[in-house]
Amino acid sequence: MNTRLSADERNKFQNSDLIRKILNGSRTIAIVGLSDKKERASNFVGSYLKSERYTIIPVNPLKQEILGEKCYPDLASIPVPVDVVDIFRRPDECMNVVKEAIAIKAKAVWMQLGIINRDAAELALQHGLIVVMDRCMKMEHGRYNGNLHWAGMNTEIITAKKVSRFI
Amino acid sequence: MSEKRKFGFETRMLHAGHIPDSYSGSRAVPIYQTAGYVFDSPEYAASLFELKQYGNIYTRISNPTTAVFEERIASLEGGTGALATASGQAAQLITMMTLLQPGDEFVASSHLYGGTYTQFEHTFKKLSVKVHFVDPMDIKNWEKAITPKTRVLYGETIGNPQGSVFDFEGVSELAKANGIPLVIDNTLASPYLCRPLEWGADIVLHSATKFINGHGTSIAGVIIDSGKFDFSNYPSISSPSIPYHNLNFFETFGHYGFLMKARCETLRDTGATIGPFDSFLLIQGLETLSVRMDRHVSNALAVANFLKNHPMVDWVNYAGLPNHPHFDRAKKYLPKGAGSVFAFGLKAINNNPRETGKRLLEELELFSHVANLGDCKSLVIHPASTTHQQLSDEELKRANIKPELIRLSIGLETIDDLLWDLEQAFHAISR
Repeated sequence: MNTRLSADERNKFQNSDLIRKILNGSRTIAIVGLSDKKERASNFVGSYLKSERYTIIPVNPLKQEILGEKCYPDLASIPVPVDVVDIFRRPDECMNVVKEAIAIKAKAVWMQLGIINRDAAELALQHGLIVVMDRCMKMEHGRYNGNLHWAGMNTEIITAKKVSRFI
Repeated sequence: MSEKRKFGFETRMLHAGHIPDSYSGSRAVPIYQTAGYVFDSPEYAASLFELKQYGNIYTRISNPTTAVFEERIASLEGGTGALATASGQAAQLITMMTLLQPGDEFVASSHLYGGTYTQFEHTFKKLSVKVHFVDPMDIKNWEKAITPKTRVLYGETIGNPQGSVFDFEGVSELAKANGIPLVIDNTLASPYLCRPLEWGADIVLHSATKFINGHGTSIAGVIIDSGKFDFSNYPSISSPSIPYHNLNFFETFGHYGFLMKARCETLRDTGATIGPFDSFLLIQGLETLSVRMDRHVSNALAVANFLKNHPMVDWVNYAGLPNHPHFDRAKKYLPKGAGSVFAFGLKAINNNPRETGKRLLEELELFSHVANLGDCKSLVIHPASTTHQQLSDEELKRANIKPELIRLSIGLETIDDLLWDLEQAFHAISR
């Protein structure tokens, strides 16, 4: 598993039970910092989540519409309840996003692969949100529904039980 | 589903990468002998082609049976993922074509399989890539060969015919200091005897034809990535990909970037793909890897000791013997055994070392005279009278092959029968 977090932090912020709970139990995902440029990582993640039938809500003050969805300038402007706030911002901008996520009563915040802000993560935890940090939502979804396995990647899931992949 | 427990190597040999499917419950891995895959919708197909979705498009790029092999070997090597290829040579070619661009250079150990040497020296020249071979016995040789154009360091866990063991810590430290990935061919050790990623290598390759398959039935290769090398400033992986609308594989796929590029560009374009049935045979091989390897190394050590003590034998290059210069290194990196492939030389009979080797081949009953290794059956080859017979003694010397050199790949037969066969053949040629 590729991360800069310690084992304790991984257990806290990359916990597989919690990740599955988010992926299974959420329908509406606000993506902060979603780019409209096709080649950007955030655009890949956004289009993937949309094709996996999540409702995605782009948050980007500079755009009107991304991936065919209406864009909002900030989390507070979103008129519907948000399950997960998925963050594609620099680590030093995460604290403000987390504060907004707490204010709109999101159930979870998810800081993408390579994005680490421990203070923001702790604040979200203190307010009862589920927190994932330094993980990619697309990769994690792919890990549990089998898509990542098709690409030859090591999902680290081992079982002899007959299961349809989760979700 | 359990990710909580870190399952052991043997458990992962049998289970990693395969979850019994919900509609058939098939316990064995099904062979998906198909070229194409039905798309859910035109939009879904488009997202697959743009790499926005992971999924099967065409077996030249991926296949469900092959994916089981890939995830299983990735688990065993401790990698983030794997890419299976049509052969070990293809695994090298795809790795290097993914990492290197025209004008780049790389540094490789000179203790290499001959086919690799030829590919690097001659075929890569056509791609405007220059290899510098170094004697791996002294770390200073690596240091001296690195230039600003160097993009890869390359070696084999166990070098042949010298039986040398790679200086993982020394060379990986050098690789890290220079920001260059270390690529290791782990064919002769298999992940059971050595896991190079745990010793600082970044990418591991195999000719899966050998111990992974184990039964000499498939030609195959595989590439495993640690996912730990920082490719953010590495031109071939982090520059925009024109066929994919300027996609930056490292930015978008992170630690999967190298493998995604290797699969979706290099494998796609070279077409050096493994077939599903061969992948199935590799999966069967992996399921017994540890059991076979234990027997391979115990038989190999017994044969090496027999040869070392035999009056007709001049030398034995096996790092499992205390007189080998890398005996201590083998203990460290290959604690379960130094593999089962090694070379030895007979004292020349009638002052003719080439003929002596050739005669031995003619007299052996049980050892198969085969240009392969890593089979359950014991194999033997004498390069000077076969693969290299057109070379003069002088040319052989330059290729680092002694005329008397015989290479053995020790199999799983009854050990007394292998020793009997060698003894009876020695007796026959000494008459």
